[in-house]
Amino acid sequence: MDKIITVYGPLLLRAMGQTLLLALYGLFFACIIGLIVGIMSVLRNKVCRAIAAVIVNLIRGIPMIVLAYLIYFGVPYLWNTILGIGGMNLSALQAGSICLALNCGAYMAEIIRAGIQSVDAGQMEAARSLGLPYWRGMQRVVMPQAIRTMIPSIINQFIITLKDTSILSVIGFPELVNAAKNVVAATFMSFQTWAIVGAMYLFIILLLQWAAKVLERRLKYESR
Amino acid sequence: MNPDKIKIHVSHLQKSFKKLEVLKDISVDICEGEVVVVIGPSGSGKSTFLRCLNRLEESTGGEILVDGMDVTDRKTDINKVRERVGMVFQHFNLFHNMNVLRNLMLAPVDLKKTDKEGARKQAMEMLERVGLSDKANAYPQELSGGQKQRVAIARALCMKPDIMLFDEPTSALDPEMVGEVLEVMKELARLGMTMIIVTHEMGFAREVADRVLFMDGGLILEEGAPEEIFQHPQNPRTQDFLNKVL
Repeated sequence: MDKIITVYGPLLLRAMGQTLLLALYGLFFACIIGLIVGIMSVLRNKVCRAIAAVIVNLIRGIPMIVLAYLIYFGVPYLWNTILGIGGMNLSALQAGSICLALNCGAYMAEIIRAGIQSVDAGQMEAARSLGLPYWRGMQRVVMPQAIRTMIPSIINQFIITLKDTSILSVIGFPELVNAAKNVVAATFMSFQTWAIVGAMYLFIILLLQWAAKVLERRLKYESR
Repeated sequence: MNPDKIKIHVSHLQKSFKKLEVLKDISVDICEGEVVVVIGPSGSGKSTFLRCLNRLEESTGGEILVDGMDVTDRKTDINKVRERVGMVFQHFNLFHNMNVLRNLMLAPVDLKKTDKEGARKQAMEMLERVGLSDKANAYPQELSGGQKQRVAIARALCMKPDIMLFDEPTSALDPEMVGEVLEVMKELARLGMTMIIVTHEMGFAREVADRVLFMDGGLILEEGAPEEIFQHPQNPRTQDFLNKVL
């Protein structure tokens, strides 16, 4: 146990940093995708709603490991060899981030759609009746209320996505699980290594949950 | 009331939801400063009629002119119409994510009617008028129903509308809170606001209305001064309705 911590500790910590970096990129773009697709799915325009539904169902219907292989190996092959354009080279970090962003983004879109729809329609009507344009009503009245109800689900999705980074060990990204495999291969101490890695994930996730609690409390509507 | 100036002109208004015809053929003119109360059984189309006037519902036929602006024309900038037509809802619809003051300031500031300081001053004046200046920093969920509705009226007034629409403003209130809201509305009527009110408060209608419209089945079946409608209703459906509610 001590040997793993003293000898391989720095390596595992660095791998944890890589895991966090990957998750951060993935979540950042997932939020953007989720917001765009989520809002598209509540618009009155049927074409927008249909596009949003196709995106969500397509991505939700593909296992993430398949998506990872498809993006990391498949897309450059399509671009360079099949289409013959050439010059495309995705790093594991890039492919991994895209993969996480798409996967998490699809679920975020659903969370955002449900959040917006949970806000009473009267709120938008009141805003419109005062002469505010649709997008201003969305921005000033509906979204702030929607986001508050969405926070628990968003944090939950963040946690799932953070753990899903481990799937991207299959495309060789040097994140925590990949690093742990190397440590086990070198030391044969599989119980100790995996227990430590598990604890590391747990630590990050507890931290995230605590931050969510604080955020939720600060967003309560009260006169102060 | 100024009978020479027509504020709202409605002719042959129709509205269908899919196959359900809610408004069949509504024609009415409303003058400046007139207080019109719309009564009728539920499902008669009263609220739908009101909501067509500021295009919260899109009409499917006929014409509506508000201050000369054609509400039914898609090219009309509906936001400009809405700035001049305040609306008060049955369920108040105060913005939950803002305190009372910010509820009142949002639209005037956002639409650049006035700067922040001006909007704040005006909001405080309006709160004074509805007797709630001590609630400026409260959040909607900390208010009683009657207080919420008075804030909602103040919020609409902050846009300086010349027409006010009331969609069953006291129907969601506990009985002891109805009076305070009606008082504010009476005061508005006294000051010459053009008002269209959908309500079940017959006593209020009798006292404040210049004209009462009785609606049923998507049509205006009878209209006239309150004493005519309430004392000598002509249409059998009006008689039947008034027998049930009075």
